[in-house]
Amino acid sequence: MPTDFLGRVMAVFERYGMSMLQGAGVSLQIALVGTLIGCIIGFAVGIVQTIPTQQKDNPVKKGGLWLVKLILNAYVEFFRGTPMMAQAMFIYYGLFPLMGFNPSMRQSAYFILSINTGAYMAETVRGGILSIDSGQTEGAKAIGMTHVQLMLYVILPQALRNIMPQIGNNLIINIKDSCVLSVIGVAELLYKTKAAAGALYMNFETYTITMIVYFVMTFTCSRILRWMENRMDGSDNYDLATTDTLAHTSGMYKYPDEKKEGK
Amino acid sequence: MAENGHVLEVRHLSKAFGKHVVLRDIDFQVDTGDVTCIIGASGSGKSTLLRCINMLETPTTGEILYHEKDITDHGVNVPAYRSRVGMVFQSFNLFNNMTVLENCMVGQTKVLKKGRDEAKKNAMRYLEKVGMAPYINAKPRQISGGQKQRVAIARALAMEPEVLLFDEPTSALDPQMVGEVLAVMRTLAREGITMIIVTHEMAFARDVSSHVVFMADGVIEEEGSPEEIFGSPKKAKTQEFLSRFIQG
Repeated sequence: MPTDFLGRVMAVFERYGMSMLQGAGVSLQIALVGTLIGCIIGFAVGIVQTIPTQQKDNPVKKGGLWLVKLILNAYVEFFRGTPMMAQAMFIYYGLFPLMGFNPSMRQSAYFILSINTGAYMAETVRGGILSIDSGQTEGAKAIGMTHVQLMLYVILPQALRNIMPQIGNNLIINIKDSCVLSVIGVAELLYKTKAAAGALYMNFETYTITMIVYFVMTFTCSRILRWMENRMDGSDNYDLATTDTLAHTSGMYKYPDEKKEGK
Repeated sequence: MAENGHVLEVRHLSKAFGKHVVLRDIDFQVDTGDVTCIIGASGSGKSTLLRCINMLETPTTGEILYHEKDITDHGVNVPAYRSRVGMVFQSFNLFNNMTVLENCMVGQTKVLKKGRDEAKKNAMRYLEKVGMAPYINAKPRQISGGQKQRVAIARALAMEPEVLLFDEPTSALDPQMVGEVLAVMRTLAREGITMIIVTHEMAFARDVSSHVVFMADGVIEEEGSPEEIFGSPKKAKTQEFLSRFIQG
């Protein structure tokens, strides 16, 4: 063993590096799948929770919607209100065997993380929808859009843009928090780290590697998401289409090509 | 119209927000080609009346007949009705996630189910009319208030509605922008488009309208031709409201 710290870190990396990187791959995979499915669940729940009810709607529809909203609320409150580690044990060792399911460890990990992220995302999406000015809804209603159309074409695209930072937050939290799934034996980065540190009795060196790997993963993801946000905002400039002869075009430069305008 | 009825007819309409009564027993009619201006002090219920006509507010009692069919009835397809009765808002309400052109196309493609090419051609026609054709690639946040309102008018026109409602379309604009929006609306009035306009622009109301409704405290205080209302108002409240305008 080398005597200097850096040398020892390198030595640990040579022996357990591949195994730890594999673990990191598992962490990243679980986090990505969990965030993606979680977002889908979150959007579905958030959208249902913001369906408006009117007094003149028939009672069956009103009652049904009330019940669905109640169940979804219970889901959100329960999964936000209990620790994910406890949920993992409860579901993997308790609920799944009881219901006769026999999923793999990885599938269970996807399930638990998705359903957790979904609970948080539901509130985020609801907030995102409520944050859009009611004028947007009225403008859409005024041209005859139904609730579904105005959500799909006007409200949700704007809400999605507004909650992008929170989606990024969730992804980063998931990359890190996937480590609690090591309690059900998922071989992610922290699980592999513990194994390496235990075998060599070199905690400081091993965890140095782990910290760096986690940070590289989260920092990369946060940069990618920021780039996506900028892309969604579009250009600050716009071209003036002065091929139109009826418009006043004094002082405007010539619009070069027409192919871009129909996009 | 085959039937002898009016395009729009409001009958005994009342609206209350909780205990606060905003509109009381409103009756009025609109025929094809009418330009009806609703004037009155802020808080007199003008905007609420207009929003009731488009069902953005549900009337508490009364009827709104569109071609003799009561649209406040249960089971009426309100979105379909709204696609026939356009509305322009004080705060423009352009869709922020779309360009100027997309704003004018989305209703045609999604609500009227027109093809993209046809929708675009139509949108361009109305954008040219309001002088906004060069800005089709701009987002709402990139253009001025007057320009936004002209796009909003084009968006409403692109649906080719039978009646167009204007809810204080110039109240959020500076004097120069007011001019550009009113110029567009004057053109529409000359072309015989049926309009109901809530406005504080008295000179405009006097010049373009075929019928003027003066509202005060949730009721129609007086109505008549612009000459009658602006020339020789009969009621004291009307005279008082218009006194500043007539002297100035």
